[in-house]
Amino acid sequence: MPLNVQKINEGTVIDHIPAGAGSRVLQILSSSYPLSGMAALIMNAPSKKLGRKDIVKMEGVYVEEKTANRIALIAPKATMNIIKGGRVVDKHNVEMPHALSGILICPNPNCVTNFERAQTTFLEEGSLLRCRHCERAFKPDELA
Amino acid sequence: MQDLISIRDLSKKDVESFLSEAAKMEKLIGTPGSELLKGKVIANMFFEPSTRTNMSFQAATKRLGAKIMTFYPSTSSVAKGETLADTIRMIDGYADAMVLRHPMEGAARFAADLAKHPVINAGDGGNQHPTQTLIDLYTIKKIKGKISGLSVSLLGDLKHARAMRSLLYGLSMFGAKITLVAPEALRMDQDILQECKGKFGAKVSQTQEIRLSGCDVLYACRIQKERFSDKYEAEKMQKEFRIDLELLAGAPKNMAILHPLPKVDEIPAEVDSDPRAKYFEQAANGVPVRMAVLHRCIKG
Repeated sequence: MPLNVQKINEGTVIDHIPAGAGSRVLQILSSSYPLSGMAALIMNAPSKKLGRKDIVKMEGVYVEEKTANRIALIAPKATMNIIKGGRVVDKHNVEMPHALSGILICPNPNCVTNFERAQTTFLEEGSLLRCRHCERAFKPDELA
Repeated sequence: MQDLISIRDLSKKDVESFLSEAAKMEKLIGTPGSELLKGKVIANMFFEPSTRTNMSFQAATKRLGAKIMTFYPSTSSVAKGETLADTIRMIDGYADAMVLRHPMEGAARFAADLAKHPVINAGDGGNQHPTQTLIDLYTIKKIKGKISGLSVSLLGDLKHARAMRSLLYGLSMFGAKITLVAPEALRMDQDILQECKGKFGAKVSQTQEIRLSGCDVLYACRIQKERFSDKYEAEKMQKEFRIDLELLAGAPKNMAILHPLPKVDEIPAEVDSDPRAKYFEQAANGVPVRMAVLHRCIKG
């Protein structure tokens, strides 16, 4: 039996999130934007591309690049659908950036960035992201 | 002016240039021509204990004719809670270069971002020790005439020792054949191994048994007991990875034994007189290499 979730008129629908990662995407969104409108998390929906996927809908929120970059760490194939007036006005894939500055915390407890007022920077190295300070490399989902 | 923060920031050409500069410095020691940094002031800032790095930087500074300013964290405002950032900004106003050892990983990079003058990393936590790597490469080249193609075994606490992490990168850059000998719990982090294989196509094998047949250089380091919560476990590992005369009896006669020092139980004193033991010579090379580093970082 199909599951009906109300459409949103203004906001963002994030599609093609790997099944199980939707709650973390919602967590990132709610830490970046105050929840003023409706938010929905659809879990384990069938997907031609991924087999199973999660979808997040957030009303009244247009996701900025900084937040989209964080989402890309755990959902590298996610699609951002920007909804205005009930219609999709823009659709694009999130992209893993080459460098991420000032938005992540280094998981290395002995990294100087966890003690001093230092902006973290992570540099992309293949499938890993390396902290510019402590030089440890992490998998993207360890940083999200 | 430039900083020296990580061996990962240097190209092979940069490293070769430091090594040839160090050879020139070695010849200059004790001659009037060595006073290349006369009038300069260097700040030595050691937030962790050190004998060789601290003393050889002091010796290098004095051999170059510069003045040294020693910072003591326990009697400075650090003891009152002053941040590293404020300490760096302040000393940057007093000195022409800073030599920094700090327990936090990334401290030198952080300091270099704040300072106008060069910062030289003298060890940042378990991350990097670039000047030690230059000394190690200089020593190997001096003893063996080359680095490329040599069989080098790195033995001991490969997980916590910054000298080993830096050295693996340096040896990989020069195409040495590397064997990592460590107990399972003290193996080198995978990220640095993968990086060396990916960037340089490094030939690296890992084992838990010490096999010295065909080994050109045996590089040992101590088990870093201070980083263990279980001291008994640390002691046990130390005993398993001991290099004594019995073990050395089956090792090649021309093999060089290196160690960043301090050595504790892993190499007993009886080995010191073995002609293969080159670690004191290696420590002495700290002076010309650090002279080359100071000169390059300050004069460019």
